Amino acid sequence: MPVSVLLILGMGAAVGFISGLFGIGGGFLMTPLLIFLGIPPAVAVATQSAQIVASSTTSVLGALRRNALDHKLGAMLVAGGLIGSALGVWFFAAVRRAGQLDLVIVVSYVTLFTVVGSLMLKESIREFWTKRRGGTLRLRRQAGEHASYLRWPLRMRFYRSKLYVSVIPILLLSLFIGFAGAVLGIGGGFIVVPALLYIFRVPTNVVVGTSQFQIFCTTLVALILHAVMNQAVDMVLAILLIIGGVFGAQFGARMGRNLRAELFRFLLAILLLAVGLRFALELVIEPQEPFSLTAQERRQ
Amino acid sequence: MRRLCLLLIALASIAPASAETLITSLSNHRVLINSNYTGTSIAVFGAIERDAQTIARATSYDVVVTVRGPRQLLTVREKQKVGPVWVNQEQQKFPLAPAYLSVLTSKPIDEITSVQLRQRQKIGLAAIINAPDFTYERGGGADREFREALYRLKAQEGLYLEDERGVTFLTPDIFRASIPLPATAPPGEYDVQVVLFADTVILASTVTHFELVKTGFEEQVGAVARDWSLAYGLATAAMAIFFGWLASVIFRRD
Repeated sequence: MPVSVLLILGMGAAVGFISGLFGIGGGFLMTPLLIFLGIPPAVAVATQSAQIVASSTTSVLGALRRNALDHKLGAMLVAGGLIGSALGVWFFAAVRRAGQLDLVIVVSYVTLFTVVGSLMLKESIREFWTKRRGGTLRLRRQAGEHASYLRWPLRMRFYRSKLYVSVIPILLLSLFIGFAGAVLGIGGGFIVVPALLYIFRVPTNVVVGTSQFQIFCTTLVALILHAVMNQAVDMVLAILLIIGGVFGAQFGARMGRNLRAELFRFLLAILLLAVGLRFALELVIEPQEPFSLTAQERRQ
Repeated sequence: MRRLCLLLIALASIAPASAETLITSLSNHRVLINSNYTGTSIAVFGAIERDAQTIARATSYDVVVTVRGPRQLLTVREKQKVGPVWVNQEQQKFPLAPAYLSVLTSKPIDEITSVQLRQRQKIGLAAIINAPDFTYERGGGADREFREALYRLKAQEGLYLEDERGVTFLTPDIFRASIPLPATAPPGEYDVQVVLFADTVILASTVTHFELVKTGFEEQVGAVARDWSLAYGLATAAMAIFFGWLASVIFRRD
């Protein structure tokens, strides 16, 4: 594919910088950018998973060193995530055969970005105003108050996370993340982290390590499945993305420590909404060439 | 005796058709294309031999060179408006379409021979693409716009082309043609069919082959990804983990 090497490296670095700044994976930004560049969505999604594997390896190793990882919770998340991943790759292949892959990816991104973007925007504006008025942020729930779905059967004790909850909602969450990750080329950190924090109220110090562990395992499997079932992984592109992303993320993380969190959450929300809008336009605007061509090799 | 006479007359009437012999040769039977490169071309040379008895023709010869690349299953899809969004709706499959197709002629093809003959013998790009067995037919000519779209999309990639000045006669009996091969031309077996015309009638034809082989780093990576997909996936994963580990070592904070 004739795409400039420097452009990919630069984009990888820029997205890596943003991901380091906000402490997110960056897959959900990189995959759409690759699609806008003209790389087929199938290749963009499958190849981006290699970059997610690399960045989550770095995070997991760091978390292991700081002992900020709940192995048991991580294992449960991985179990659900793997099933979700396998379903996702299978779904990906089926939709691609039916010729609707591009549509599914674009529609999913529009939905995801609009929902997550508006939630973040709402949150950051609220945070901003509370700080302005000199008030402190109230906790969302009082101690001892639990949502009913945490008391479903099959409860399990997670010592490291100080949790005693049903495994069913945890498995459902990780199943969804694994599925979405395989179909959209995202790690899902930006969904898992808030979910673990706010829904399950896992302590902050183990959240990132644990979710990165889950992302590492499921994306690794998704990457290999994509290579085998869809043959959509481009190793050269993957190396470029990884090199750009890994270094960008480190500088982003360093920079992020000196910046105001709520302002940047606001900017990220705007960014998400903008990318979502860009995708929506692609669906609505009349295509210049309504016909498209796909070839399948006849192998003897 | 009478039967022998009839036989002789029959033989004599066939004789003019075999009076001309066509000899063709390719400059190469194995073409190497580097995937980063702009493409290449291959030359076809041909000579027309007339036996001693045949008198020279009043009109000049015409030549049509048709090059067909490896067969592919092509699917053409059409986006249509559903509510506010554009969605792939109708599709048309072309089960044995050549990945590459070029028709080179010595003059515009409609001046060489009749429409009926072109359709019957599949001479010329239009006749090949509009042949009934090229795709599954639909009622009311609905397949027509899909055939046109296939040609348009393939032509944009430089893979389907027709050149009415593609064959040049060096002498009245010797000609050459240059087959352009873009970098996107897929590897595989290519057939080169050369048909000799005079006075709208086919006099002779030959078929030769060449093999297109892709070289270059990207192509090798692509071949590994297709043929060793599991190993390729594992290697990519190992590489990603290695880079992740490397970053955690380089940028270690504690």
